[in-house]
Amino acid sequence: MSASLTHDILHGPPPPIDTGWGGGDHGGAAGRGASRAASFTGLFVLLAASTMAFAAFTSAFVVRRGLSDMDDWVSVHYPPILFLNTAILLASSFVLDLSRRALKAGDRSKFNFCWSAATALGVLFLAGQAAAWYQLKQTGVFIATNPASSFFYVFTAAHAFHLIGGVAALVYVDVQALRLRLGPAKRTAIDVTAIFWHFLDGLWLFLMVLFYVWG
Amino acid sequence: MSSPAHAAHHAPHSFIRKYVFSLDHKVIGIQYYLLGLFSVLIGMSLSLLMRFHMVNPNVSVAWLGKLWPTAAAGGVMTPELYLSLMTMHGTIMVFFVLTTVPQSGFGNFILPIQIGAEDMAFPVLNMMSFWTTFLALVVMVAAFFVQGGAPLAGWTAYPPLSGAGPLTGPGEGLGQTLWIVSIAIFCGASLMGAINFIATIVDLRCKGMSLMRMPLTCWTWLVTAILGLLGFAVLLAAGVLLILDRQAGTSFFLPAGMLINDHIIANHKGGSPLLWQHLFWFFGHPEVYIAILPGMGVASQLLSTFSRKPVFGYKAMVYAILSIGFLGFLVWGHHMFMSGMNPYSAMAFATLTMCIGVPSAIKTFNWIGTLWGGKIHFTTAMLFALGFVSLFVTGGVSGIFLGQPALDLYFHDTYFVVGHFHMIMGVAAIFGMFAGTFFWFPKMFGRMMNETLGKIHFYLTFIGVYCIFTPMHMVGIAGNPRRYADFTNVEYLAKLIPVHQFMTHAAYFTAAVQLIFLVNLAWSWRKGPKAPANPWNCTTLEWTVPSPPPHDNFNGVHPVVLHGAYEYSVPGAPRDFIMQTEPLPVPSGD
Repeated sequence: MSASLTHDILHGPPPPIDTGWGGGDHGGAAGRGASRAASFTGLFVLLAASTMAFAAFTSAFVVRRGLSDMDDWVSVHYPPILFLNTAILLASSFVLDLSRRALKAGDRSKFNFCWSAATALGVLFLAGQAAAWYQLKQTGVFIATNPASSFFYVFTAAHAFHLIGGVAALVYVDVQALRLRLGPAKRTAIDVTAIFWHFLDGLWLFLMVLFYVWG
Repeated sequence: MSSPAHAAHHAPHSFIRKYVFSLDHKVIGIQYYLLGLFSVLIGMSLSLLMRFHMVNPNVSVAWLGKLWPTAAAGGVMTPELYLSLMTMHGTIMVFFVLTTVPQSGFGNFILPIQIGAEDMAFPVLNMMSFWTTFLALVVMVAAFFVQGGAPLAGWTAYPPLSGAGPLTGPGEGLGQTLWIVSIAIFCGASLMGAINFIATIVDLRCKGMSLMRMPLTCWTWLVTAILGLLGFAVLLAAGVLLILDRQAGTSFFLPAGMLINDHIIANHKGGSPLLWQHLFWFFGHPEVYIAILPGMGVASQLLSTFSRKPVFGYKAMVYAILSIGFLGFLVWGHHMFMSGMNPYSAMAFATLTMCIGVPSAIKTFNWIGTLWGGKIHFTTAMLFALGFVSLFVTGGVSGIFLGQPALDLYFHDTYFVVGHFHMIMGVAAIFGMFAGTFFWFPKMFGRMMNETLGKIHFYLTFIGVYCIFTPMHMVGIAGNPRRYADFTNVEYLAKLIPVHQFMTHAAYFTAAVQLIFLVNLAWSWRKGPKAPANPWNCTTLEWTVPSPPPHDNFNGVHPVVLHGAYEYSVPGAPRDFIMQTEPLPVPSGD
């Protein structure tokens, strides 16, 4: 029930849940299942909202690009560090899943190591994005320089905003793991965080295609 | 036994945890209701000032001059002040009343109990979404008090007016910025609310509460949450782009070659004002359904309860709600027939718009079918539900006119549109809220409202709103443009001024009548007779628990639902209603 991700974050693990509550037409699928299910539903609903926001940005991008004449839309020379950042983000997703596999196999120390590594890679990606912004700024490309650069800054900022949330969740799980407080209730937090992180990964790949193919 | 699930938050004792930063969905629901009540009083006051100014454009009012020393110097309102009142009236009403009360207010309080849950899925998120909405309201109202005052670009905030900055007029400086920031915050709050509503309905239904056994109110709250989720995400994205155009010098929406108040604007080029319109109305049209769908749910619930008959065509009602939600995302272009869109696009949007008439007609037909042959109890709540149906039909019929591009080209900038959307989106939705208030007040506050005062309030309000908004259609057909602060000295409109005077007096009358409601609300809250658990002999789960419900809603007992929500006048049953937790006298085959 209320044993949700938000609750976990604020109050620690919920008490054990009795059976007989929740589930509706699952015929009363009990206790923990209901809370885990609600967390996943909440996550997927959140992903739908994020997808809509990026769909709105993308359709604005397509329309604005289509309306532009030659001297208006000037393609940006994107800093090559973006490719390195992409590799870092992909690696973080990969390591994150290694970590989940380790947990399934019961290898806690490998889980801790891999999860911490994925978190570090996530932070490194954010640093890399900041470096990309800095390099663009050095070449005199600012948000208002032309519509292509405007969209680049908007997309990367919106993505980074999501990523900061993802890193916060990664750090939360990491702290719990290192303090040996990774009870079964935290498995939901682990899975929710991991799915969110993979989503941001896929989103970034889409944005890279958008920048380099249409930008 | 208290279910451990609810140990997420034990009944709090401190005032702050109990009434201010509460995690209890019931307290949060009441907080939303009160926020909406405060907002509707502001919104209504602004509309009275507008109606006053329209028929008395040159009359000096001393206190207006004190309130707005610049914008109403000498006590006479400037046209710019009129536009800022119009903007704030629309914005506050649409976002902080119509979006907030039916969904977040009643939905928060009633939904978890109706589906047999102890709380919303994410109580902390629920609290955050209320306080974020509160912050949005504070930022919005702050726009009145900054230099230049409130913005004047309308609740739709079309660029270039909303994007080009202070040059375009007073209120277009900091006031407009605060407007966009407030709406962005509001979008965030609505997204949090939508996540909570959807997760709660999908995962926290009690045993036996299958989707097709849910009360129709829950269906409308679910579809409204989905619309909010998809719509507000797009509005948030659009708002980010608009604020960048204003503050960072980008050109998403601002075109080249603008000449504003004798200034050539050189630093923008290539942007598309129409792009904003598309993004805005992609949210804006579903927003209409966000406002009206919960009212439809309340009407269905009440018509069935007070006719002592099952809802006619429950499944058809559910599919109609779903189709309205789906089609609502495909018709935004009908707000833009005037924008010079390709006539073929206009035709597509017009056809899809007509399609929405089908599920709407199914709902209306089924409401009448529900009433047909029923033993109707004319309680105040029922009267407001009937009033809702009346206003929904009246407002819906004029929508069919406006959905035709050829007619809309004429009507679009006239009072016909103002009459139309006030009927269907404004007053119908507000009648849904009144119906909900009279119906659920006993559950929310444990006391009954006064029926006599309620009925007087209903009849006078019903007459009042028709007197305000019916003539608007007529002056619209006669060609009276909307958004003008003053048309007393326009020759071709001179004959319409008495009609405007009539509408203004009807508005004063209707506003005054609302005092009866406020008195009833306040008096009943303190002194009303104690409410029993089920004063209306209704079947849904919220009426199985005491009024008001205990902290965990069901006192630790897990309800088990045995059948659908509308088992009234079942042959062979001892009473004319069977609660959802009671067995049917004969196997239902459900």
